[in-house]
Amino acid sequence: MTMSLLFTQLLNGLQLGVLLFLLAAGLTLVFGIMSFVNLAHGSLYMLGAYFAASAYAYTESFGLALLAGVGGCVVLGFLLERLAISRLYRRDHLDHVLTTFGMVLFFNELVRIVWGPQPYFLPVPAFLENTVDLLGISYPSYRFAIIVVGLLVAFGAHLLMHKTRLGMLIRAGAVNPAMVGALGVDIKLLNALLFALGAALAGLAGVMAAPILSIQSGMGEPVLITTLVVIVIGGIGSISGAFYAALIVGVADTLGRAFLPTLLREVASREVANAAGPALASMLVYVLMALVLAVRPQGLFPAGRS
Amino acid sequence: MSHTVFKPATLVTLLVLAVLACVPLAAHLADQPFYLAFFARIMIYAIAASALNLALGYGGLVSLGHALFLGIGAYSVAIPAFHGIDNGWLHLLCCVVVCGVVGLVTGAVSLRTTGIGFIMITLAFAQMGYFVFVSLKQYGGDDGTTIAATSKFFGADLGQAGTVYWVALVLLVLVLWWMARLRVAPFGMVLRGARQNPRRINAIGLRSVRYQLAAYVLSAVLCGVAGMLLANLTGFASPSTMTWMISGDLIVMIVLGGIGTVFGPLLGALAFLGLEEVLKMVTEYWMAVFGLAIVLIGVLGKAGIAGLLDGLASRRPASAPAKRAAPAAVTISKPVGEQA
Repeated sequence: MTMSLLFTQLLNGLQLGVLLFLLAAGLTLVFGIMSFVNLAHGSLYMLGAYFAASAYAYTESFGLALLAGVGGCVVLGFLLERLAISRLYRRDHLDHVLTTFGMVLFFNELVRIVWGPQPYFLPVPAFLENTVDLLGISYPSYRFAIIVVGLLVAFGAHLLMHKTRLGMLIRAGAVNPAMVGALGVDIKLLNALLFALGAALAGLAGVMAAPILSIQSGMGEPVLITTLVVIVIGGIGSISGAFYAALIVGVADTLGRAFLPTLLREVASREVANAAGPALASMLVYVLMALVLAVRPQGLFPAGRS
Repeated sequence: MSHTVFKPATLVTLLVLAVLACVPLAAHLADQPFYLAFFARIMIYAIAASALNLALGYGGLVSLGHALFLGIGAYSVAIPAFHGIDNGWLHLLCCVVVCGVVGLVTGAVSLRTTGIGFIMITLAFAQMGYFVFVSLKQYGGDDGTTIAATSKFFGADLGQAGTVYWVALVLLVLVLWWMARLRVAPFGMVLRGARQNPRRINAIGLRSVRYQLAAYVLSAVLCGVAGMLLANLTGFASPSTMTWMISGDLIVMIVLGGIGTVFGPLLGALAFLGLEEVLKMVTEYWMAVFGLAIVLIGVLGKAGIAGLLDGLASRRPASAPAKRAAPAAVTISKPVGEQA
């Protein structure tokens, strides 16, 4: 019984982990390659979910909703990059924080104006409503599908970065953007594409998380901050680091919330455990991050570049 | 120092302080106690922003987690008050010690990184504190807690709007004076030098990280004291004081007022909270307008109000603030050379 519970929670952790990876992958590239602090990444996640919910309301098709969520975020990401963000690459991080903080306020209010203050819901697609049988444990198909899609995207991102010309240019741009520009590559377009790609992944994460969570203004911020923890643990600018760190954080967070209060009850009195358990569980990932930083400030899996 | 007295930003600040000193009487005569609380809030945020300016403006440490200390200050009133302790000195002791220790520990860990890493780590620490206080169910958890017994100093009750107003005003003047002194004191010079080029500061035999850590801790404690005043003013402490939105607001105030300047945080807090109040009257969706305004400030550059005022007077308007802003741009994104 406990083993099956543990296994289920492990899968839940994995599911949270892949969602975090989708967010972290785009963000870590923008951080690492353009050295740009993007606090508005959570807003793209939120808007992806809203776009999908609207498209679903019109078409009743989850596929089209997914397309609207991801496509909308690509367009929005591209526009944001061209209109505002590209002007800030050469400025210091404080300007990045300021501008993207303003964007967060703006987008949170914008969705309240456009969609109203009440939360939206996106239903699980019909063919994923059931459960799947994994080694004798039944697990919701939809959550399992998230894990599969997340792993596929991770694999795709790896191929993109290491096997394609675009990935090669992105990696080259990370090392020396001026030189890549001098060799005749449109570095501006490359940056915009990279940003739009990150936005697409954030939108995808938003759409996939929407049936599990409620869609509301400000939903991007908690997940953004966890994503930042993932990036710090993984090492800024490293996609594979983001992948491993996302899984570590997702599993640690889920298992901590599920089992830490119970474990504490074994060693401490009920009152202490009830008070400290949830606090410790919600602090766990931050403690993990502080420990990683204290030992390895560059992160566990730093990007391999000079 | 005498030459700075005649700068426009200084004159405007003195004018603002003089007006602030008249507010209690005016609010009393007009029978509008709201304005007393409103301007007290502005002064408290000005103190908090000045505290952050010490780390951010002088030290170049972009902390996105200073709301943590504001919140700790608030809870160092709320938690003793919950247990029936209303001695203000104990509240203050509690605030200074906790903020100092938390600032020292988080600062020491955060300063192992620079640039983006530093921003994210301070943010994460603040979030950690937020979750700790959310899970303290006996002190109200998510909903926060009403402060039954506000801080008492020598029989004066900070829970009275008039008392907390005058305390905030006096403290604000002291803080501004201290910030003006500190800016040109050896400590401030080293700090500002470390912002521009930590490697050179290390090379002349001063460990820049130590100075930055000291600035961070001082800034944390002062921010905590502002939080104490805020809790007394509102009679309420809640984890929402610690959200990263508040940390962001503090940064916006500083940039709006003029980063690294002495009077910028006060002018910025005044402009920020004033604008917020005006926009709230005009539209329900004031946050959207406000957000756009912040984006524009970020994209268009950041001389700040203090810089603008000084620029109006001098013949080369952009030169003074540009000099201040440009080195920050270089250093914040540069890694610190660990070896001297």
